[in-house]
Amino acid sequence: MSERIPGEVILDVAHLRIAVSEGPVLVDDISFTLRRGEVLGLIGESGAGKSTIGLAVLGYTRSGCEITGGNLMFEGQDIRTMTPAQRRALRGNGIAYISQSAAASFNPAHTLMRQVCEIPLRDGCTTAAEARARAISLFAELDLPDPEHFGNRYPHQVSGGQLQRAMAAMAMAAKPDIIVFDEPTTALDVTTQVEVLASFRKLIREHGTAAIYITHDLAVVAQIADDIMVLRHGRMVEHGRSTDILHNPQQDYTRRLVADRAEGHAQFPAQDETPLLEISHVVASYSGLVRVIDDVSFAVHRGDTLAVVGESGSGKSTLARVIMGLLPREAGDVKFHGASLPPRLKHRTVDQLRRVQMIYQSPDVALNPNQTLLQIIGRPVQFYFGRSRSEVRDRVLELLRLMELPESFIDRKPAALSGGQKQRVGIARALAAEPDLIICDEVTSALDQLVGEEILRLLKRLQDELGIAYLFITHDLGTVRRIANKVAVMLNGKFVAGGLTATVFAPPLHPYTELLLSSVPEMRADWLDEVLAHNRRIAS
Amino acid sequence: MNSFQIRLGGHRLSWPAAIGLLIILVFIIAAIFAPLLAPFPEAEVVGDAWAEADGTHWLGLDNLGRDIFSRLLFGARMSIGLSLLITCISFTVGIITGFTAAIAKGWVDALLSRVVDLILAMPTLIFAFVVLSVLGTDLPVLVVTLALLDSVKVFRLARALAMNISALEYVEVARVRGEGLWWVITREILPNATAPLIAEFGLRFTFAFLFVAALSFLGLGVQPPSADWGSMVRDYRDVIALDLAAPLYPAGAIALLTIAINFVVDWMLSIHSRGHGEGA
Amino acid sequence: MIRLVALRLVFGLVTMWAASVLIFGGTELLPGDLATAILQNSATPENLAELRAHLGLDRPPLVRYGEWLTRAAHGDLGTSLSNDRDVVEEIAPRLRNTVFLAGFAALIAVPLAIGLGLLAAIWQASVFDRVINFVTLLTISVPEYLVGYLLVKYFAVRWDLFPALANVSPETDLGGRIYLTALPVVTLVLVVVAHMMRMTRASVLSIMASPYIEMAFLKGLSKPRVVVRHAFPNALAPIISVVALNLAYLVVGVVVVEQVFVYPGLGQLMVDAVSKHDLPVVQACGLIFAGAFIMLNMIADIMAILSNPRLRRPR
Repeated sequence: MSERIPGEVILDVAHLRIAVSEGPVLVDDISFTLRRGEVLGLIGESGAGKSTIGLAVLGYTRSGCEITGGNLMFEGQDIRTMTPAQRRALRGNGIAYISQSAAASFNPAHTLMRQVCEIPLRDGCTTAAEARARAISLFAELDLPDPEHFGNRYPHQVSGGQLQRAMAAMAMAAKPDIIVFDEPTTALDVTTQVEVLASFRKLIREHGTAAIYITHDLAVVAQIADDIMVLRHGRMVEHGRSTDILHNPQQDYTRRLVADRAEGHAQFPAQDETPLLEISHVVASYSGLVRVIDDVSFAVHRGDTLAVVGESGSGKSTLARVIMGLLPREAGDVKFHGASLPPRLKHRTVDQLRRVQMIYQSPDVALNPNQTLLQIIGRPVQFYFGRSRSEVRDRVLELLRLMELPESFIDRKPAALSGGQKQRVGIARALAAEPDLIICDEVTSALDQLVGEEILRLLKRLQDELGIAYLFITHDLGTVRRIANKVAVMLNGKFVAGGLTATVFAPPLHPYTELLLSSVPEMRADWLDEVLAHNRRIAS
Repeated sequence: MNSFQIRLGGHRLSWPAAIGLLIILVFIIAAIFAPLLAPFPEAEVVGDAWAEADGTHWLGLDNLGRDIFSRLLFGARMSIGLSLLITCISFTVGIITGFTAAIAKGWVDALLSRVVDLILAMPTLIFAFVVLSVLGTDLPVLVVTLALLDSVKVFRLARALAMNISALEYVEVARVRGEGLWWVITREILPNATAPLIAEFGLRFTFAFLFVAALSFLGLGVQPPSADWGSMVRDYRDVIALDLAAPLYPAGAIALLTIAINFVVDWMLSIHSRGHGEGA
Repeated sequence: MIRLVALRLVFGLVTMWAASVLIFGGTELLPGDLATAILQNSATPENLAELRAHLGLDRPPLVRYGEWLTRAAHGDLGTSLSNDRDVVEEIAPRLRNTVFLAGFAALIAVPLAIGLGLLAAIWQASVFDRVINFVTLLTISVPEYLVGYLLVKYFAVRWDLFPALANVSPETDLGGRIYLTALPVVTLVLVVVAHMMRMTRASVLSIMASPYIEMAFLKGLSKPRVVVRHAFPNALAPIISVVALNLAYLVVGVVVVEQVFVYPGLGQLMVDAVSKHDLPVVQACGLIFAGAFIMLNMIADIMAILSNPRLRRPR
């Protein structure tokens, strides 16, 4: 942020090295400086060592790890050589920490106020009334509802977004010089993320606090950081001004992260035949109480990619369960190739089951850990087509090749594979049934960005080659734009907008679609300001 | 550290677990081959009562002049065999009902679970007393009573395991594929439940073992003249006042086997909690 | 939350009732009834029928259950079959002895176990922790009578410090009682402490591993403060239920220990009654033991409900 004038250096990290005790090195040769009022973004995929660095700044390592090299100077004092008492004074007063999961980081036994005021009251330099007043003013600054009484609540009594902001208040309470933000918005829905992000930015700007902002999302960090450091496997890839990193990356890895992820979806013109899957006025609920799916209709044709988007709790995953027959529909009809599918799984024919397959969000629990890939991928081949053992093996090898996995993996178990490889096995298992339609339930959200990109590219290639239709369930609108030719937006179990992607995402927009779209962070430094300005316009 | 490592099922054996396994093995061999290994028959009087230990009678003679070491070996058959039988019955009953409850759900599950809650809320020993006071201390009565009381705890575990595993997506994949119930249970659920079930088998065995021994000690379990460790403690207990160690041998044998099993179970639980990562 | 506590209370009552049905049913309805139990081998069809009529066993079981329950509720537990004494009179002094023994053991075991458990959790993975873990794994595996006889062999017989038999009588004063019951109490303490300490350690450790404890450290709080202010309030409920569960275990474990030290308690009475087929005494003792066990379990659960902030203050 060019309008801010950073002050003197307050944190100087040089050649930091952190390792598991007598084990692998997690973080190596990391150096950076932080000036008063400056925000440094640390970015990288899981396992890049971002959080480990963030915690090390507070002189803290998770059990089993230790700082084995380098210097951490805070205002000229070496954090590594501090006495326990000095280190306690540093934490809270000097450097504060905000974690990813506020729900887990607040003690369930105490009120929010008690926890927010704990650090200022610890040393006895503030009175209870002063600490309380400061907490209330922080609650107000953070746009929390009813700031006067907000602190009287217990952590489980407020929402996730509010709790995340309450944690910022807790960090700010003792006026620290630096705040470490560790993926503070990752667990939130996109629309909530915008508000929380804006609150954070306002807070650190007004108080002139320096910050280290850790995230895996470049677009988020672009909104808040002056400098960005890109990390991979515990080492620095690139470090520079945010604008340089975003617009003129020097390293190949950074370029791939920044690269516009556009794939473009080939439009299939033949839409007049009988739809592959036709859903009309479907209603479903859990134990007959709340309607989770309420009067939903749509159609999927051969070669289509229909994306169903919505925030958590919108009913999009339930919709998949209804189509699969895991949750019987209560009203409406689900037609496949023009014929009605029985509501319940057990009434469907083997052929009906074969033609619709599913890929899951988390490949870890979607693959039986006790089976080899031959068993996992081969079973549908044997079950649906009754092939002999050698034919099954050949087919599995063929599918592994199609997935760009080494053939030697055939006798391995899932534990020996990486996340992206496991997800490919999940895809191979679905393809083994030779389905017409594959339901993809958040298939990339448990994966790192670049791995997820590869999975999407693979799915796209398979569609081009095999003409499969996808029902793509996701909360990530960026993905939708790139891969889906049709889209349906879900809110509280209803479709609020639907049709061709180009139409749905073009003006005139449905207000909820517009809110969702505008909440997707973009890699422009001024995006957050635009969104906030835009939202204010709509509100007024 | 690396020079001496024993591995079992792809996991490094901790040293207490290795010792435990060794002890269990020795006890099992003793139980199976007792007639061959024992220097004297189970019930034969071979000398004076409470004769001192010497080269021929390693642990001395008992209250009737029988060889204590030989009786310990024969006692192993009764004590271990009986507990094993009880554990096997309780496991069969517990796993079948537990899996049924988890898969059938609905009223079957609700009914079974409530009954089990009820039984678990009451003390097992007291129940065994009530039943034994009426039916007398026949071995079949003892076995069935203890097995049924114990199966309740197996039910709890089996049901929880089956519930947790069947909620995982790979089980859903199999169901959606159209696989039958038998396949889902034997191929998808059971292989992933074996580790905790084997550990539980060890725990339930020690429970049954200690329980039978306690009942025998109280004079309500295995009846003379059969040798059994619990009743041996009871038979020899009076001489503790004479500073003889006789009752400590069978009691020590009971403790040793229990400790050995606990070490192995402890190790199994610790690798289970670490997950499937290593050596897959 | 009141609903949950009420539900738990109702379940406790239902359990108690079910226990009474099972105890009555166990002794009355199983093949081989009171009459066969009394007559044993001298039973002929004629004298069996006569005795059944005399004892009122020819009436429907439901009626007899109702009578038994009403009389039990009024403090009349019938008469002993072996010596024709009133069961209540028979039981009362022995119940006092058992409560004394169990209470004395609990008084030592509970603070000791919680203290050791907390220390082991605070110094996790230290030498102290590992040693105490190993030792307790040993002691939970050892049957009460081995511990008991070992203590007798050394402390009573060889060194003559304490009596081997805990033969208290109603006339024994408190000091005498403590002296006489020293070895049985130590036996019970050793056995119960291991369990209780391991469970305390485990529940404190699971709380110490939670993110809000890491957060408290990152806020710069000292370890004692984190333990006392942040971990303890959350660990209290699990610890209380650990204590209650182990006291329930203690109540039943007392049976074997009483046998070892020939202590005139309720457990010994029940064991005697079982071998003599003295059904009214078995029923009475069974009711008391089951009642204590069920109540302690219920207290454990209710404490757990009460101390959960999510249940104490709904949204």
